[in-house]
Amino acid sequence: MDVELIHIHKHFGEVHANDDVCVRFRSGTIHGLLGENGAGKSTLVKILSGYITHDSGDIALDGKLVSIQTPTDAIRHGIGMLHQDPLDFPSLTVLENFMAGGGGLWLHRREARRRLCEIASSLNFSLDPDAHVSELTVGERQQLEIVRLLALGVQVLILDEPTTGISAVQKEQLFAALRQLAADGRTIIFVSHKLEDVEALCDEVTVMRQGRVVGSAAIPCSPAQLVEMMFGKPLAPPIKPPTAREEIALELREALIRTNTFDLHVPHLAVRCGEVLGLAGLEGSGQQEFLAACSGLIPLRHGSLRLNGREMAHRPYHSFMRAGVCYLPADRLRDGLIGGLTIREHVALRAPTRSFFLDEPLNARLTMEAIRVFNIRGQPNTRVERLSGGNQQRTQLALMPNPLSVICMEHPTRGLDIESALWIWQLLIARCQQGTAILFASSDLDEITAYSDRVLVFSGGRVSEPLDAHRLTADVLGHMIGGKF
Amino acid sequence: MSGEQLLIVLSTAIAAATPLVFAVLGETLSERAGVINLSAEGTIMFCAMAGFAVALASGSVVVGFVIAALIGALAALVVGFCAITLRQSQIAVGFVLALLLSDLASFLGVPIVRVPGPTVPPLPLPLLSDVPLLGPLLFRKDALVYLSYIAIALTWLYLYRTRPGLTLRAIGEQPNAAFARGADVVRLRYLYVILGGALMGIAGAAFSLDFKAGWSHRHTGGYGWIALAIVIFGGWNPLRAALGAYLFGILQSLASVAQDQFQNVPTQVLTVAPFVLMIVLLVLTSAGWLDRLASYFPPATRRRLLQMLRTSPPAALGKPFEQD
Repeated sequence: MDVELIHIHKHFGEVHANDDVCVRFRSGTIHGLLGENGAGKSTLVKILSGYITHDSGDIALDGKLVSIQTPTDAIRHGIGMLHQDPLDFPSLTVLENFMAGGGGLWLHRREARRRLCEIASSLNFSLDPDAHVSELTVGERQQLEIVRLLALGVQVLILDEPTTGISAVQKEQLFAALRQLAADGRTIIFVSHKLEDVEALCDEVTVMRQGRVVGSAAIPCSPAQLVEMMFGKPLAPPIKPPTAREEIALELREALIRTNTFDLHVPHLAVRCGEVLGLAGLEGSGQQEFLAACSGLIPLRHGSLRLNGREMAHRPYHSFMRAGVCYLPADRLRDGLIGGLTIREHVALRAPTRSFFLDEPLNARLTMEAIRVFNIRGQPNTRVERLSGGNQQRTQLALMPNPLSVICMEHPTRGLDIESALWIWQLLIARCQQGTAILFASSDLDEITAYSDRVLVFSGGRVSEPLDAHRLTADVLGHMIGGKF
Repeated sequence: MSGEQLLIVLSTAIAAATPLVFAVLGETLSERAGVINLSAEGTIMFCAMAGFAVALASGSVVVGFVIAALIGALAALVVGFCAITLRQSQIAVGFVLALLLSDLASFLGVPIVRVPGPTVPPLPLPLLSDVPLLGPLLFRKDALVYLSYIAIALTWLYLYRTRPGLTLRAIGEQPNAAFARGADVVRLRYLYVILGGALMGIAGAAFSLDFKAGWSHRHTGGYGWIALAIVIFGGWNPLRAALGAYLFGILQSLASVAQDQFQNVPTQVLTVAPFVLMIVLLVLTSAGWLDRLASYFPPATRRRLLQMLRTSPPAALGKPFEQD
């Protein structure tokens, strides 16, 4: 089905999120919608799928004007959308998620199970109908949503940032499935800020910037040209100089770390000051628990953990903090920042005074400084949940004490646009040059190989020996994550 | 304790638990839809008074129950309006209603305190009541008790075996996702909150027209709060919640037996004991304790065990639905 968006306008208060957008998505193609965060891509596809209504403009399907006011309207017209955070029910089973919605009184479990398995296997997805969605990875939840939308007869499938938070293997599976669906004549709209994904998958691409369409191209085309369209200027990644020193910042011996499903054993690991250690692996392979253990959030089951030579196993989290360890979680709003508090209140919480009353002039000054230095797009009184993902991450970084001996980070640049990601790594590299060791987990293998000095691979309940990152490629890493080491 | 005594204890327990069963089913439905009806204590007490007064005036037990259900639904509508339409704090409005309605019940109920009135007549079921053990235990009761059995089964069946039941669980879990799949979240929430309130009203009338037969000052004090606790204990599952209600019935019935046997223990202690024991049980089923228990098992079974035992509240419980 051909989809045409004609002169779409959408305002959110002052912000002109979609400014006279005209795009045409042709049936049987995979069409990339590229742009950095806040470019208006999500708004545009949410309009098409009925989640938000546009101020003016038209939507035409196969040349006929249609009115889409709700998601149900969109589904009726054969348009389905896969959200960045899958809109599903974590406490229900896969099968129940598949069945939720729709009419009739009784649940036909057997029929639904057959249909679920049939569609899933036609796309080479393996989904256990009886598993709870809360146990699935983001990638599997996406697969479930795709299967569900296809069962509803969707002809136009929209995917909003689908490659964020899924493994390399799942990404390949997803891409293969999407190519197959396009070959069957469906229209695939692939929203992304990741250049390499768009280049690997799409047939054509439309680039958006600040709510407008700035250009489109047929793939293959030169990446530099797309980057320039996205940002209005060319960008270069920071170069990571060797920063590791001789002294050891963090040392683990015979450490046993408990995770939900297995116990992770680390025979010996020494991280030097200024070193960057990347943790690669499928999500849920123990990286998160490893980082939590290294920062004192969960106790070691047994074994020794030394920070700058001092034994720290079984010490409480605040003594880790005092020893210069900082933990930055992946879920910034759940574990990192405090939703409901403003940037200034966050700064006040971290302020280096012990006085009973808040020193507002000092806090105001510190906040202004943090906003300027860290280039946070927000006001001192902006509540953190209103900031974009990139600005939340910048705020987290601004709140980090200085100096630090170890930083433990989960997914430092997940969900961020390229510009923010590069900026954040510049900052982290500067910290390394001061002698801070950085441990970070990421599902982006290019990020791991680009910035790490050494890499640990987590797979199948085990963790590899530290590997020299300069001899690794994303390809080799991908194989090791699959369990070959 | 002899076998006969035990049978009496259990039989009393079922009678004592029947009003609670209606209350916990009502609260379960409401909370599954995402709305905490904290007014349970007040609703139950007011409906106990009103149901009895109406039955007394009209001479009909059925009319008493119907009016009680309507009042319960009305109280729930107030909670629903504040929670769903005005998007105000469900806790605040529910709490105020709980206090207001129970005081109002005491005030308006003065003329009917300890007045004898109609009750639900006993109705032993033919054939079934002759079954040894189970007969006297379950089937020599009255229509209301049988209705509570049916209500438990129906609620469970509805929640886990029908499509509207799945939608009900969905709107309390992720209203945005349910909306995306075509559910009218606002209307459904109203529906289940009101239905739950009606069941709570029936629970109130079940106290004054059946189990406690009559009205006196603060006659149902504490039952509303314990119903709220049992819903949590029951993990928002109607079967387990009903089980919790029966457990509380057994504790109560044991306490009254103990009253005869330990005459030197003050009665207040034994009246309060079931409530305290219930709280202890709640603590034992709390997540932290379960985690410690599970940590003694090997990792492979740990996960399955936790999955079986742990219950989590509907994710959107107490949160207003805002469509973006």
